[in-house]
Amino acid sequence: MADHQHAYAPDALIGEDIAAYLQRHRAKTMLRFITCGSVDDGKSTLIGRLLYDSRAIFADQLAALESDSRRVGTQGQAIDFALLVDGLAAEREQGITIDVAYRFFATERRKFIVADCPGHEQYTRNMVTGASTADLAVILVDARKGVLVQTRRHSYLCHLLGIRHFLLAVNKMDLVGYDQAAFDAIAEDYARFAASIGISGVTAIPISGFRGDNIVAASAQMPWYRGPSLIEHLERVEVVARDAAGPFRMPVQWVNRPDLDFRGFAGLIACGSIAPGDAVRVLPGGRTSTVREIVSFDGPLDRAQAGEAVTLTLADEIDCSRGDVIAAAGDPPQVADQFEATIVWLGDEEMRPGRGYWMKLATQTVTATVQQPKYQVDVNTLDHLAAKTLALNGIGVAEVFADRPLVFEPYAESRSLGGFILIDKESNATVAAGMLNFSLRRSQNVHWQPTDISRADHAAMKNQAPRVLWFTGLSGSGKSTIANAVEKRLALMNRHTFLLDGDNVRHGLNKDLGFTEADRIENIRRVGEVAKLMTDAGLIVLTAFISPFRAERQMVREMMQGCEFVEIHVDTPLTVAEARDVKGLYRKAREGQLKNFTGIDSPYEAPDNPDIVVNTVEMTVEEAADHIIRHILPLK
Amino acid sequence: MTALTALTHLQRLEAEAIHIMREVVAEAARPVMLYSVGKDSAVMLHLARKAFHPAPPPFPLLHVDTTWKFAAMYELRERAARAAGMELLVHRNPEAVERGINPFEHGALHTDMWKTQGLKQALDQHGFDAAFGGARRDEEKSRAKERVFSFRSASHAWDPRRQRPELWNLYNARLKPGESIRAFPLSNWTELDVWQYIQQEAIEIVPLYFAAPRPIVERDGMLLMVDDERFPLRPGEQPQMRSIRFRTLGCYPLTGAVESEAATLDEVIREMLLTATSERQGRAIDKDDGGAGMERKKQEGYF
Repeated sequence: MADHQHAYAPDALIGEDIAAYLQRHRAKTMLRFITCGSVDDGKSTLIGRLLYDSRAIFADQLAALESDSRRVGTQGQAIDFALLVDGLAAEREQGITIDVAYRFFATERRKFIVADCPGHEQYTRNMVTGASTADLAVILVDARKGVLVQTRRHSYLCHLLGIRHFLLAVNKMDLVGYDQAAFDAIAEDYARFAASIGISGVTAIPISGFRGDNIVAASAQMPWYRGPSLIEHLERVEVVARDAAGPFRMPVQWVNRPDLDFRGFAGLIACGSIAPGDAVRVLPGGRTSTVREIVSFDGPLDRAQAGEAVTLTLADEIDCSRGDVIAAAGDPPQVADQFEATIVWLGDEEMRPGRGYWMKLATQTVTATVQQPKYQVDVNTLDHLAAKTLALNGIGVAEVFADRPLVFEPYAESRSLGGFILIDKESNATVAAGMLNFSLRRSQNVHWQPTDISRADHAAMKNQAPRVLWFTGLSGSGKSTIANAVEKRLALMNRHTFLLDGDNVRHGLNKDLGFTEADRIENIRRVGEVAKLMTDAGLIVLTAFISPFRAERQMVREMMQGCEFVEIHVDTPLTVAEARDVKGLYRKAREGQLKNFTGIDSPYEAPDNPDIVVNTVEMTVEEAADHIIRHILPLK
Repeated sequence: MTALTALTHLQRLEAEAIHIMREVVAEAARPVMLYSVGKDSAVMLHLARKAFHPAPPPFPLLHVDTTWKFAAMYELRERAARAAGMELLVHRNPEAVERGINPFEHGALHTDMWKTQGLKQALDQHGFDAAFGGARRDEEKSRAKERVFSFRSASHAWDPRRQRPELWNLYNARLKPGESIRAFPLSNWTELDVWQYIQQEAIEIVPLYFAAPRPIVERDGMLLMVDDERFPLRPGEQPQMRSIRFRTLGCYPLTGAVESEAATLDEVIREMLLTATSERQGRAIDKDDGGAGMERKKQEGYF
């Protein structure tokens, strides 16, 4: 190693006048950036170098680093800076970085948070995570190799996630003899590509992370380069929050209600600023009020701005809870329930179009379904490809339907109100990240029409409480037979009922659907919607569908009010149902004539916690029907 | 209207920590704040008071005690909880109490039984589904990759390969029965940030962070403070008074002091800025089985 001295020798002021030094450092700003590069571009080495040069590494860590470098390093006797940042044991053994790691260092002007992301193809997930909070991207390129497929992919992902500042670091200049022509060619090549995907404002810097050239100070090896060093550029980039100037928006996180006299709305200001007396509108409800006070631990504030976590009180008692957005009264954000979105799939299991996922957008959590993608993006060529679904690391554009109106803004305008995650309802895994592009026109033009005869009126006229008795079980388990027996008993009790039968519905409403997983999901969604309309009309609905997936039964349960949904598991073992084989379907499935048959080559997910279980091995049809009736009475 | 200026790094870190705390409170059924009485805990507690003002923080404080903390820590513990208007829960692993587990005779077992097992017991006993911790990513390599919302299985195990992606400031707090979250509001703070914030907000910390003459013995290259009569002196050892302070606080027999004259916050920060060793260096716990010690402990359920 040529130079071991610290580029950031401790400021003399620290020793002379620590109070003055600290005073000056209170005004430090913060920059979050992401480093992207292919496996051997020297990314870890660069980060290690930044930490080292800015004295973020202590002597004991350095001693450990020096001994590790000799033991497992890849740089001979020299310090292997990569060892500083390759954290987990598994990674050190494999010599690769497998997850996003965050690093910290500070210079005299700024604190930096670095998201260190691996360069492998299968970890788009990590890149997207790191890019989501970054203000700037450092794109590393090996001077010997130039712009690679991965370079383009990483740049595309950073641009997609809304990063506006790009720094092209052409690394390993020492290995090309600090040749200006090599640097210029790569910078030009990259600029052309960047412009083609809409990235503007690229700063290219020739560096050597290993040797320290142009990292902190201008390199003596490259007198032809007159631009800023890497650190100088990072220190100068403008970081006034881009959201600070827009109209006020604050998603309500938590309602602070210590006693009956105080009701404060706590949240992180996503955009704009606010002062007491400002007129605000609470969305999606739309009620207006004015800000009474910005409450804080240190006393009331005159003003607060984007990026600050505050508590507001309003002049009027209006409905406002977690998930609502308090916004500038004269310039509120949009409200919609159908969107076009760009989706990055992060789950191991592929996306299921039509399935209900939890969608978390700011502080709003709703159930949303994703439609079949309009197209998938090939991240290497940026071509649009046809796709039926998205698998891990897949990126595509699709329509998203929420079950309730969401307050939002296009992601290009607001990361806070345009970025969302999808959560699998079964596994609770975060399976996707999404960016809202715009709301669909049909959603903007479709409104709820208020009607004068309410659902309560409908039910009262029938003198009953609406229910959905949802029978689920294998084919041939006895769902239709038992449902029919239950309906006959209800009819004798003068109850108004309707039985929706799986086979019958497929002759009409759902005759366009087959038996693929996606079609089965859509089949259940439609039946759920029909059942919901019938409960609105005051009916007791009985449904007899295999409905093999938990997630879809849960989706229907959530469509209904309170405890109206009653899940009845007709728990007949496969062997019994197959032995009965009333319709001869099991035989066909076993012979391979029938694909996707539940229990044979398509799974049945039994209810975890059904409201009622009937067992047709131990019970007769009549006993099962009586058991169900006893459970659901009095129905008023 | 005043002109908009960029927030300072401490303002951004503060807002992020408050946002994380409110998110946990909004989404978890039964949160708790792990309170170790150290400087990071002090900052975390202060942030909680700010986040929920004028209400007291809507969760209790939990101190997983080993009975071997410095006396000055026990003293501040009670006072800090009272000042915040919060309930203070203290858990001591009954098995460790019974077996008299101590750092002098039991080595690594001391940390495992009092801290790792004790923490699991306390969380299970009270049914907490979310626990705030003051850990920072800059402390240690395996922490650098941990999420802000870190998931633990029903047996409190951490699997670094199954962490949930965390994008923007959207945290997925959904749990299955038995699972729990460790939430780290100070993830993005560094040691210097913590000190600067303590100074800016005038947060009370244990006096042991400031230099004063204290009785110490030098043992295995560490300066150990003789905090009470339980400290077994080896033949020939005689406590001497020296001006020392601590950069990190834990069990007194396991925590190395540094010789120092830094008796004020300014001086402590100056010393920190000019010093050449990291703060965890004074702790015996990270040195067990090489560099992977902390990662392994976390997989077993250590905080």
